[in-house]
Amino acid sequence: MKILVPVKRVVDYNVKVRPKADGTGVDIANVKMSMNPFDEIAVEEAVRMKEAGTATEVVVVTAGPAAAQETLRTALALGADRAVHVECDMELQPLGVAKLLKAVAEKEAPQIIILGKQAIDDDANQTGQMLAALLDWPQATFASKVTVADGKLTVMREIDGGMETLQMSLPAVITTDLRLNEPRYATLPNIMKAKKKPLESMKPEALGADIAPRLSFLSFAEPPKRQAGVKVADVSELLAKLKNEAKVL
Amino acid sequence: MSNYIAPLRDIRFVLNQLVGLEQVSKFPGYEDATPETVDAILEEAAKFAQDKIAPLNIPGDQAGAKWANNAVTAAPGFKETYREFYENGWTALPCKPEFGGQGLPKLVSTAVNEMWKAANMAFALCPMLTQGAIESLVIAGSDKQKKAFLPKMISGEWTGTMNLTEPSAGSDLAAVRARAEPQPDGTFKIFGQKIFITWGDHDMTDNIVHLVLARTPTAPEGVKGISLFVVPKFMLNPDGSPGKRNDAYCIKIEHKLGIHASPTAVMSFGDNGGAIGELVGEENRGLEYMFVMMNAARFAVGLEGLGISERAYQRAVNYARERIQGPETGAKSKEKVAIIKHPDIRRMLMEMRAQTEAMRALAAVVAAQHDAAVKHPNEEERKRSQAFVDLMIPVVKGWCTENGIQVASTGIQVHGGMGFIEETGAAQHLRDSRIAAIYEGTTGIQANDLIGRKMAREGGATIKTVIAQMRQTEAELGKFKGGDFAVIQKRLKTGIDALSAAADWIVATYGPDVRSALCGAVPFMMMLGAVAGGWQMARSAMIAQSRIDAGDKDPFYPAKIATTRFYADHFLTRAPMFSEIVTAGAPGALALDEAAF
Repeated sequence: MKILVPVKRVVDYNVKVRPKADGTGVDIANVKMSMNPFDEIAVEEAVRMKEAGTATEVVVVTAGPAAAQETLRTALALGADRAVHVECDMELQPLGVAKLLKAVAEKEAPQIIILGKQAIDDDANQTGQMLAALLDWPQATFASKVTVADGKLTVMREIDGGMETLQMSLPAVITTDLRLNEPRYATLPNIMKAKKKPLESMKPEALGADIAPRLSFLSFAEPPKRQAGVKVADVSELLAKLKNEAKVL
Repeated sequence: MSNYIAPLRDIRFVLNQLVGLEQVSKFPGYEDATPETVDAILEEAAKFAQDKIAPLNIPGDQAGAKWANNAVTAAPGFKETYREFYENGWTALPCKPEFGGQGLPKLVSTAVNEMWKAANMAFALCPMLTQGAIESLVIAGSDKQKKAFLPKMISGEWTGTMNLTEPSAGSDLAAVRARAEPQPDGTFKIFGQKIFITWGDHDMTDNIVHLVLARTPTAPEGVKGISLFVVPKFMLNPDGSPGKRNDAYCIKIEHKLGIHASPTAVMSFGDNGGAIGELVGEENRGLEYMFVMMNAARFAVGLEGLGISERAYQRAVNYARERIQGPETGAKSKEKVAIIKHPDIRRMLMEMRAQTEAMRALAAVVAAQHDAAVKHPNEEERKRSQAFVDLMIPVVKGWCTENGIQVASTGIQVHGGMGFIEETGAAQHLRDSRIAAIYEGTTGIQANDLIGRKMAREGGATIKTVIAQMRQTEAELGKFKGGDFAVIQKRLKTGIDALSAAADWIVATYGPDVRSALCGAVPFMMMLGAVAGGWQMARSAMIAQSRIDAGDKDPFYPAKIATTRFYADHFLTRAPMFSEIVTAGAPGALALDEAAF
């Protein structure tokens, strides 16, 4: 069984991002970039399935500028077998990415596509769902436990009220939640091997997908500074404030 | 509480732009160390250092290693993390590929080692000592010994120790008294006590490989009669697995100022009939083998000074940003501000930062020259590089570790009263840093080695070459416009002139008046470090300016130039003072009669 893992290169989670002075976007010049943490969980899960003998090959794919190859190498160092880089410098939006991934999936014919539920830069939480719809495959989002047995996929997913367990046929799309696993640290020998693993680069045109942006961003701004809180004397004052000032009760 | 963040930006600058990792990766055998691969290694090492090793630093200091019944238990968390550390392959990074190592250049291991040491110096000591033992076995071990021990030590499954010091044989190893009695089967029985044995015992691995200096019955007196033995904690079964317990026990661990999580063992060999050891290399050549290892270890200890400085700097910056105290001087507003706004705090933070960056740059330059000395295809180049490395190793050891103490102390000062209180963590850095200027040869021993073996013996040939290279950099600075560069150039010239005068004096004085020369040894070494650090900072500033001129907007570059300017004004300016001390300080040092003390 082949698993396809889409990954995204994002601003590292430790970086405190700032909007550009002219409000046209987030300033990412000279900022540390890393693999989206949810995608790391997806890579880890795929590698574990391979180690358990469930999967035979793990292919990672990303769409983005040349530097996104670093993210693919990271995934290869974590245990993926080979990588596909769809090289494009233009702005990508979830629907465009989903279309690119659909084209890659049709070429690669994986049984499972597993990816992060969202990327920590735009927090869109759309790509996995759009991809499943475009492929017309079943989907299990926000997975916190994944098992494959007898050609069926069982996924426990996190929902507002608790946990929900779904069973579905393959091929399918899974998006990962935080508690699915704890990603490993790459070992030095695997980092060394990663650069010898195959990495195929292609242009979006070769995939025939329309990736033109459909949404336009109007402006980027810092969130308003949080106001200082006040101490209340007792519970009744708190309730009064919640009722009359915050109007949440 | 502040977390350690590996300074990858500066490390990358130093590796790729200042030193030229790309050239190093062109040497035969280093082809895998391309900038992209090394970048991935640095990223992952940083993650492991930050997430796994650094969080054990303060708890390890508080709990310490524990001794009971002739056995040591590592501080909580160390065993699990050490296991993950070696399973992830980090111990094998610099080692020879034929025994399972990755064979990466010293330039790469230097960058990675800095992170381990900054994250947790006590932890990092264990693989460092193992590395020393590995290098001794590589140089002198028999094929059988190499096969038996190296793969397990390189993989990290077993650790290694260096048993040199005895109660009466510290800096003077000629006084070693441990005995080795030959046995009919070709092995030796080792008897004697060794002290200050770093990680001499612990519960993290299922064997420990002790390398022990001892004398055979026929050995001549002094340094020419010392042999090296390999004495495993558990003797090996025919299949190579650990078997019978050897008669080598840790009878005590020391109560120390710092590095509490690194057990400093008193090792007793042969209390129950003799510890079984094998001779390593030839009889009576033990010290020679040790010194090959020692050079690598001295360089590695120098990196402790660098690592501690970086960690102390980060902690001080975090505190200075948070601590609110007093209004800003010269400001109209009476609003209380973070102390980072106060000029003297700025000065201290800049001292810490400039020293740290200068040490990092110099250490990397020496590491790259080491790689050239080993792998450069041209023999002349190899020789030239080796001479530079030999000259600079005592400087990296002595200057960086003394700086480490100074920077850690300044870090406490930034914290004010809270720095003296253990809970801020600032004090631990000073306590930990203190040993680095002592073990593997004190600062005095380094300085004596520098001016004696590395300078006077060859009539100052290498130091003169280095000074000429410094002058080239000074001339290049003239091509750069702007006030900062004019000042940096002027200060560097002052530093080089002072260094050159002091070096001439040392070379001229060492023969006729060695006692006077030795009084100037430490100040000379500190001066050479300071000027060489300024030399590399000046080169860094020029690279930074070239990037700015090419339109690069990375704020790293103007900051590098500002830091270099600070270094020039605050450290290169001290060189003439050092030169005075070197050339004029001896009479005062030796004036008093011994009885007057």
